[in-house]
Amino acid sequence: MAGMSESTSTQMGMHTEPLTGRDIKTKFTLENEGGFAYHFARDVDFNRRAEIDCAELEPTEINRQIRELMDSGHGSIVIRNPGAKHSLVVGILNRMNIIVEGSLGYFGCGLLDGPTVRIAGRVGWSFGENMMAGVCVVEENAGSTFGAALRGGDLVCKGSVGSRTGIDQKGGTIIVGGDTGAFSGFMMQRGRIVVCGNAGKNLGDSMYDGTIYVGGDIRDLGVDAVQAELTDVDRAWLTRKLNMYELLPAQGVDHFTKIVAGKQLWSYDNLEPTEKKLVL
Amino acid sequence: MPGSGYKGAQIDDVDHFLKGGGIDTEREQDIGQHIGYRYDVNLLPDYDRLTPFLKDYLEFMGWDDLNWLEDVHMGYDDGQAAVFDRNINGWVAIPEEMELPDNQQDRDMIAREMLIKFQMSPDHPLVDLYKAYRKF
Repeated sequence: MAGMSESTSTQMGMHTEPLTGRDIKTKFTLENEGGFAYHFARDVDFNRRAEIDCAELEPTEINRQIRELMDSGHGSIVIRNPGAKHSLVVGILNRMNIIVEGSLGYFGCGLLDGPTVRIAGRVGWSFGENMMAGVCVVEENAGSTFGAALRGGDLVCKGSVGSRTGIDQKGGTIIVGGDTGAFSGFMMQRGRIVVCGNAGKNLGDSMYDGTIYVGGDIRDLGVDAVQAELTDVDRAWLTRKLNMYELLPAQGVDHFTKIVAGKQLWSYDNLEPTEKKLVL
Repeated sequence: MPGSGYKGAQIDDVDHFLKGGGIDTEREQDIGQHIGYRYDVNLLPDYDRLTPFLKDYLEFMGWDDLNWLEDVHMGYDDGQAAVFDRNINGWVAIPEEMELPDNQQDRDMIAREMLIKFQMSPDHPLVDLYKAYRKF
């Protein structure tokens, strides 16, 4: 870019802008008051139950049928014979109960905002990606990037999960009953990861914020992940949360290790070369 | 428990960010803006402080706890109490005339309640966005 004038760069479509003042700002007033569901959400009844047999259906058709059942007021849907198909039960912005009697493939339960989903089998890569709110419980094992970019809600795997669990997590809680693979919590920005078993290498690598609790062994910590003191508030929260999903260890939670961001990377560009080496 | 932890240090004054804007460190003063969140994103909720409205909301949704609201806190923007609405990527200011509790936990509960009321309103910007961009 040396020698390029400001007008040249503007002609090329580049421009400068201040880094501050980009937030949208709205003032809350009592006139904003609404109910408990999104204005556009379907009015469903948990006591109205329906079933979908997926054996002969494509994922698009299965997801369409789920939406049609929601439109007709069904609040509980059972998915039979899912056959580990990909991208099932996605984009639901409603309170709902969904029971999957089998396993899901890649990108299951992505972009959810509200439903409670129970999966009797296993799930593939990127389960629960970008979930905003709700509860997803997987009874068996899960693939890699479990809960990638999770924004909110509880994502539970009672078995073990692959690598990069909670990568880029921005909120919510991920609970793993078994072990988790390498780079779990990679670049997480907030939220909580609870691993009842062991954690693979580079746990919490480059995490910006958030908290990771591990009940077993940690192979090693990633860049800027540091151990912190487990407080009484942590213990109470862990006990309550793990109890909710019947994952509370018999010996309690006192043995859990708490990992947080060292926050050395927050102002990385301001560090001296020797300090950068120390951080990395 | 008047305030909460922030940037590795205990904040004793719950009004810290209302008074100072959170530009505390040398680096923040250099660049003229804050780094990171202006509240403790890791503060776990105190369930003894749930408001009646929040209890009703959890029952309606069929959840056993605050779920996504565990990550909602009262923040502070331009010296004013506010709650961040992820659905519009912006701050919703708490009315100035509202008297704030003297601790962060109670403030967080108020923020959660107000955010639900705002998000579920027919006037929320997401209603128009949903009409314009919904795919099914």
